[in-house]
Amino acid sequence: MKKILLCLLCAIVPLLPALLFALDVPPLKAHVNDYAGMMRPDTVNMLEINLAELEKTDSTQIVVLTIPSLEGEVLEEYSIKVAESWKIGQQKIDNGVILLVARDDRKVRIEVGRGLEGKLTDLMSGRIIRNEIVPQFKQGDFDGGIKAGVGAIIATVRGEYAAEAHDEKGEKQGSPAVTFAIILYIVSSILGGIKKIFGGVAGAIGLPILALIAFPGASLAILAILAVVGFALGMIVSLISGIGGRGFSGGGFGGFSGGGFSGGGFSGGGGSFGGGGASGSW
Amino acid sequence: MKKLTAVIFALVCATAFSGCGYNTMQAGEEAVFAAWGDVEAAYQRRGDLVPNLVEVVKGYAKHEKDTLTAVTEARARVGSVQMSKDLLNDPASITKFQQAQGELSGALQRLMVVVERYPDLKANQNFMDLQNQLEGTENRINVARVRYNKAVQDFNTSIRIFPNSVTNSLLLHLQRKEPFKAEETAKAAPKIQF
Repeated sequence: MKKILLCLLCAIVPLLPALLFALDVPPLKAHVNDYAGMMRPDTVNMLEINLAELEKTDSTQIVVLTIPSLEGEVLEEYSIKVAESWKIGQQKIDNGVILLVARDDRKVRIEVGRGLEGKLTDLMSGRIIRNEIVPQFKQGDFDGGIKAGVGAIIATVRGEYAAEAHDEKGEKQGSPAVTFAIILYIVSSILGGIKKIFGGVAGAIGLPILALIAFPGASLAILAILAVVGFALGMIVSLISGIGGRGFSGGGFGGFSGGGFSGGGFSGGGGSFGGGGASGSW
Repeated sequence: MKKLTAVIFALVCATAFSGCGYNTMQAGEEAVFAAWGDVEAAYQRRGDLVPNLVEVVKGYAKHEKDTLTAVTEARARVGSVQMSKDLLNDPASITKFQQAQGELSGALQRLMVVVERYPDLKANQNFMDLQNQLEGTENRINVARVRYNKAVQDFNTSIRIFPNSVTNSLLLHLQRKEPFKAEETAKAAPKIQF
């Protein structure tokens, strides 16, 4: 009995700090996330349109988050937590910005993604907070302050990155070889299901072709080696598919379909943050 | 039976270098080095800001010579403590590095307290910009340190668990890395005298 209690205690204790201290990061709904209810609907709409437009042309993501209270957390620590969980900005180029407002703490922070630290420096962020946001917040004009702040951020970062160039190219370039590899795998496992040696032959022919698609100009010697390797792989594929139920059923290929594009909803692009930006209070 | 041996062979081929942690441990060490690079860059950035800051404050607060000298000296000491990534497994060198940086943190904190007495300085555009940069840099240092410690923790765990520990002792001989300890100067709040 005691042992069971001890086990339960061990299981619960590690969870306590999380329960006590962590202020959860709210879900990312759109570009403007007004959890503190500080903005008029028309301001939210206007900002949403502007920010979506910027993302379309520049791929740069700017997101606004207002929360009622930090509940005792340090502004900067909470802000980086939000940044790490939302991953605003595109992957690799890290062009994301978060404007965070904590209503009851009367604190505001601009968190800048690594890729924008060159344009939107700490100095620049500090000036935007001091000169654009805080004066209007002091008069209770949150709509005006946030609009001015976002406007200044957009003006600063516009033109730093361009969209298209990043998104679609990589997809198209990588696809023929990958598609061929998948087809090859399926073909060799079907043929291998009939007779193992067929799977091997399919691999021996297919792998050099795959290599030619991926790296045009591969030498004959390499292709010959690949033919041998392909034969061995084809045999292995045939064996595996043979064991997973004779007569290929297609069960194992779910992973290849659906590229992972959810479409519709808004989400961060995988950008990373290094703690750049500035904080202020009103 | 033949089939079974072949499958086992295939599995061994596929997992030969991933199952024993040979690759993950090395990737982990590289992650530690990368995180350390960020830490160094953030500290370097702070060091570069100090001369400008001292210069601006000097113009307004001529009577605070001691505080300013302390900052300049701490900055000079930081510059003399060089830390390469090969020394990350040596507790003594990282303590030394941390101590030097800690002294500079303390000196800068005292300077910022002193500055409170000079309203003209606080309203100076240059100073406000520098203050933003300094705050941003301190925040970067915090973030980089937290991430470095996380990378170190992951790496140290990865070389201790089985079967990685065997691979490491036989093949790789990677050594555990030192994390940052909580800052002492951060605990001792600067005294404010009126």
